[in-house]
Amino acid sequence: MHNLTVAKIIKGLKNKDFSSFELTQHYLDRIKNSDLNAFISITEDEALSQAKEADKKITKGDSSILTGMPYAHKDIFCTKGVKTSAGSKMLDSFISPYDATVTKKLNNENMVMLGKTNMDEFAMGSSNENSYFGPVQNPWDINKVPGGSSGGSAAAVAARLSPFATGTDTGGSIRQPASLCGITGLKPTYGRISRYGMIAYASSLDQAGPMTQTVEDAAIILNAMAGFDKHDSTSANKSVPDYTQCLENSINGLKIGLPKEYFSEGLDSGVEKIVMQSIKEYESMGAEIKEISLPNSVHAIPAYYIVAPCECSSNLSRFDGVRYGYRCKAPKDLNDLYLRSRSEGFGEEVKRRIMIGAYALSAGYYDAYYLKAQKVRQLISEDFKKAFNKVDVIMGPVSPTVAFDLGSVKDPVSMYLADIYTLSVNLAGLPGMSIPAGFSGNLPVGLQLIGNHWSEELLLNVAHQFQMRTDWHNNSPAEK
Amino acid sequence: MTWETVIGLEIHSQLRTKSKIFSGASTAFGSKANTQACAVDLGFPGVLPVLNEEVVKMALRFGLSVDAAINKHSIFARKNYFYPDLPKGYQISQFEIPIVGQGSIEITLESGDNKTVGITRAHLEEDAGKSIHDLYDDYTAIDLNRAGTPLLEIVSEPDMSSAKEAVAYAKKIHALVQYIEICDGNMQEGSFRCDANVSVRKQGEELGTRSELKNINSFKFLEKAINIEVERQIDILEEGGSVVQETRLYDSIKNETRSMRSKEEANDYRYFPDPDLLPVVISDELLEEIKKELPELPTEKKIRFIDSLGLSSYDAEVLTSQKEMADYFENIIKQGADAKLSANWVMGDLSAALNKSQLEIVDSPISSGELFLLISRITDNTISGKIAKDVFKLMWDGKGTADEIIEKQGLKQMTDSSAIESIIDDVIENNPGQVQQFKDGNSKLLGFFIGQVMKASKGKANPKQVNEILNEKLS
Repeated sequence: MHNLTVAKIIKGLKNKDFSSFELTQHYLDRIKNSDLNAFISITEDEALSQAKEADKKITKGDSSILTGMPYAHKDIFCTKGVKTSAGSKMLDSFISPYDATVTKKLNNENMVMLGKTNMDEFAMGSSNENSYFGPVQNPWDINKVPGGSSGGSAAAVAARLSPFATGTDTGGSIRQPASLCGITGLKPTYGRISRYGMIAYASSLDQAGPMTQTVEDAAIILNAMAGFDKHDSTSANKSVPDYTQCLENSINGLKIGLPKEYFSEGLDSGVEKIVMQSIKEYESMGAEIKEISLPNSVHAIPAYYIVAPCECSSNLSRFDGVRYGYRCKAPKDLNDLYLRSRSEGFGEEVKRRIMIGAYALSAGYYDAYYLKAQKVRQLISEDFKKAFNKVDVIMGPVSPTVAFDLGSVKDPVSMYLADIYTLSVNLAGLPGMSIPAGFSGNLPVGLQLIGNHWSEELLLNVAHQFQMRTDWHNNSPAEK
Repeated sequence: MTWETVIGLEIHSQLRTKSKIFSGASTAFGSKANTQACAVDLGFPGVLPVLNEEVVKMALRFGLSVDAAINKHSIFARKNYFYPDLPKGYQISQFEIPIVGQGSIEITLESGDNKTVGITRAHLEEDAGKSIHDLYDDYTAIDLNRAGTPLLEIVSEPDMSSAKEAVAYAKKIHALVQYIEICDGNMQEGSFRCDANVSVRKQGEELGTRSELKNINSFKFLEKAINIEVERQIDILEEGGSVVQETRLYDSIKNETRSMRSKEEANDYRYFPDPDLLPVVISDELLEEIKKELPELPTEKKIRFIDSLGLSSYDAEVLTSQKEMADYFENIIKQGADAKLSANWVMGDLSAALNKSQLEIVDSPISSGELFLLISRITDNTISGKIAKDVFKLMWDGKGTADEIIEKQGLKQMTDSSAIESIIDDVIENNPGQVQQFKDGNSKLLGFFIGQVMKASKGKANPKQVNEILNEKLS
């Protein structure tokens, strides 16, 4: 039952092959028996009662297609009455008093939340090792990282602990763990999904998206997550098409761009081989392959690691020990309260980024760092704009390597390099995907697809056609 | 040595919207602590601000009424600093591009001359909460009801050269924001707050180092605080010292200013554009719509009072200095009362009585309609102006309407010539000595006779008639 895709579960629930309660119980048992540490909270009681409620609705015929669908929710989305930690000691005690818009939307469909997934603290990291709740293991090899920051969500879907999971992507946090865990991950256009109630890391880059086994599932879940929200001024007031409608379109004549900068030094040869194989597959489907250049993509890492820390240094100021969250013991005075609550409550990487950001925004440095980074960001956007005049979709690797050993990357800058192919997409606000494309050794490799703004339909179509021709997405790691 | 004072004001005007600038929580004043703050105001994880459109319209109303340049594309920035009553750890404000740019306003000085004061800018921002330090011994209490209340910060050019000018400017802005109905102007509740930037220099020299005075919650204190600060700065400079750039708190009880923080201690606010909010874009249509909705402004009203009502510049200035007073006055004359006489009553007896009872004109026990009736009784010769003053006092004390009081107290003016004549005859008969002196050329004695007649008539004789008949009989 746990290998079922969202699409198949929809059918199964409709045909009464199983109830939501049975399904939910099954996944909960798998989660409880898993050692991957993919979940921070398991919301068993709530899940079972939501499932019962959903079953009632299904029986009454008062249901939507997703009613009763179990899912795992990244612990960055606020969930009313349930701990919402963002992977941080700072919020270990935080029970959200309200639901994020995404949570509300999934609740409105009477979906069943199995629990909250593990993640790098405040979504800052590429290996899930920055979680206060310990690292997540990659289900393909428990000595490897699952990627980050949505590592718990990726591992949960790969290990079939949940039919799908939510994720968020600020610099690759959906696509990179999807690639490293061999699942499908979609980061939509900035503004497609409401950020309200999603704990902010870098507001101008953060975007939620689905993490699923298949592209078809991603389309179904995007339908449920997307849409304008009056509580988020940066969400787009743009109608939501039915993303499942275009999946079967032919991609004959599709123009695919391969940025030469994405196939340079630093790309693991095993990964490159798989990516090139996939491109060949597309060629055989009638796509036209063109080499393109994104000359400013080399500046993506420095630009991102200025913009994101600047925004996070301000976004995370609210965690001050005054109103909620971690507060140090017996503060001597106000300054001591701030200093110790934040020093003790935040992890190393979060503190590092807050300091970088605060520094870069300081008087006298603002122009040289923040403003310059914003200009670079503009140039990166223009590169893409030019490229999309020539091609329909851009493809390349998601990550320069397959999943690496837990604890093996100690230098933060080396870790930042893992994001080299994903950051530009966030800086330009574009939609991007990772789909399973093969294995290097025993570890999965993802193919990245990048589309123009608001081209999710095309992106899903192109990715779905690949899955019609390949079987990589049906692979799941061996069970112990 | 002559010193010149240079003053600029920063006025925080609380916009009278129903809900907050970035959330739907109520802005009502005086509610139980922390009951008017929602998740957005409390800075909960994941919440986002959404701009209240009404706030933008109010800022535009202000901008248009001071002939300011409107920035059609303005942005919100984050001003980062830590304080327990600042929930997000940053205040959303406008920094580089405010919605209202350069403008100006005309003020009237004590001499009667006009002076134009430049307005540098006016920007929108959210207010912080309140820290209450004296409620508990070991703790500071935080009330976040005020957090997120919309403010328009109006920054003037350093164009004022005395405390009196600064007060005149502040009062002018105070009147204006009430005229255009964007602020209730309540200084006690903190809806209208002034910070003053004060420096002194020798005539003709470069600007001196300024200090910023905070915590001023009345016009009286504004004047006092500036004067005491100017004195302090001159003393320092005359003793060969130098003024330190700093923020100083005004203590109204001790009437002194004291250092709050120096420039070195000042925060680096790390301003940057708020990525949660889109730029504010103003369309020409919106601007036109707001222009049309603008009420008559104080200056326009003043000119109309002078030109079409024939009031003096001084009277027109006083009457238009407060929207409520202008409204009160206009209500009287709309019913047909004489403008000059009405102006005298509003600015004279009514204002004096209000001051004495410390009442605002809107709380006057005598309504504009009631005062109109009293004034009509003067113009239709029912009572004299002098009697009217007594009637006014009785009306103030709630003894009835003008007509009821005139009737009950028998105050109706005596206009019957024969009755007046008979009183005059009595007075002449009883004062033969004075009559002789008058006839010998002591014309000043006319006043004495008038007084005697008025006394005998209990003030009711028509003074004009008394004058005429006396002159006739004594000649």
